[in-house]
Amino acid sequence: MSGTEQHGSGGAGRGPQEGWPLYEVFVRGKRGLNHVHVGSLHAADDAMALGHARDLYTRRNEGVSIWVVRSSHIAASTRDEKDPFFAPSADKVYRHPTFYDIPDDVPHI
Amino acid sequence: MTTPDAAEEEHQARFDATIARDQRVEPRDWMPEAYRRTLVRQIAQHAHSEIIGMQPEGAWITRAPSLRRKAILFAKVQDEAGHGLYLYSAAETLGADRADLTARLIEGRQKYSSIFNYPTVTFADVGVIGWFVDGAAICNQVPLCRSSYGPYARAMVRICKEESFHQRQGYELLLTMMRGTDAQRAMVQDAVDRWWWPSLMMFGPPDSDSPNSAASMAWKIKRHSNDELRRRFVDMTVPQAEKLGVTLPDPELRWNEESGRYDFGTPDWSELQRVIKGDGPCNAERMARRREAHAEGAWVREAATAHAAKQARRRARRAEAPEGAGV
Repeated sequence: MSGTEQHGSGGAGRGPQEGWPLYEVFVRGKRGLNHVHVGSLHAADDAMALGHARDLYTRRNEGVSIWVVRSSHIAASTRDEKDPFFAPSADKVYRHPTFYDIPDDVPHI
Repeated sequence: MTTPDAAEEEHQARFDATIARDQRVEPRDWMPEAYRRTLVRQIAQHAHSEIIGMQPEGAWITRAPSLRRKAILFAKVQDEAGHGLYLYSAAETLGADRADLTARLIEGRQKYSSIFNYPTVTFADVGVIGWFVDGAAICNQVPLCRSSYGPYARAMVRICKEESFHQRQGYELLLTMMRGTDAQRAMVQDAVDRWWWPSLMMFGPPDSDSPNSAASMAWKIKRHSNDELRRRFVDMTVPQAEKLGVTLPDPELRWNEESGRYDFGTPDWSELQRVIKGDGPCNAERMARRREAHAEGAWVREAATAHAAKQARRRARRAEAPEGAGV
């Protein structure tokens, strides 16, 4: 089981006996914030997924906007932490402001 | 070239390091099979408890004494359903299948909390469940917000926020009844007498008889032992009982100056074993109701599936239709 590839927070998911797909749910908490992944649910179609996401994840004003997407439609990086996938970002220290030595007496920089 | 064994060792080392650094394990990480199995069992059992837990209180929705109490009870029981669904969702990140989990509950192959096999005979039981049962759940669940498995910990954060409303509405309900008539006060005391010991049993068997605890604590799935959590619950609840004006039915309950905590009696562990094995007052009724609800909902699930299929066909036809041809 640990070898199976999974998407988002869950597997491709056959769903309940009816074969309802698994959806991942993203909620925007308030204007000005990004949508954030909050969990998943099963639904027969997109409209039902949105309705259920509202009932399940925003019972107490937790959101102003919801995205649902079928888990099987999410492409994800591989699960191995040592994957060279993220390696290009590790060796470019000059991308960070702290890489540059500026004298202390230069203001506002 | 690494051998499969060497790769396995490397995975294990990385997993151990994640746990040791108190970082979270996430769904796509490698994890030991036993860790995964333990989590699926614990999360599923927890989810089932939330779902079955809708029944004892749900029984009072139609008989709540006021519209206010009815609305509150509705919201609370709906929350229990929500908690069950957050947890099923977390279990699915481990590769568990929702339909399979439902089947395991319905066929009695997976357990739920023993507490829900006791009857709710008066409305005071609704208050005492909020105060004791949800209070015990909070003791259990707050440390689980730091559980090593990310999706489980995140589900617990959501659940704990909502449990606080559950406990407070229960205590407030009891305060209201205690300000009422002698009969109402007697009703509260009777509910306290019946729920106290089963509530203490919610924390599971004593540490000396809890076979899975050691591994769960080493993996940081659990953060505290059953006995420690039980003591915390007692320490938290005794002053609340005094304030409410009820007596907890334990002659051994007393303040221990030395330890700065309360000493208390031993629950009847044989009763816990009986209820877990299926011989509690309401086991058969709870399971029958759950099976019935599943069967009664079949047509709704079928209709939703048929509707989704019809909508998909219509969309496909519209997409095929030539521009301006009309439908």
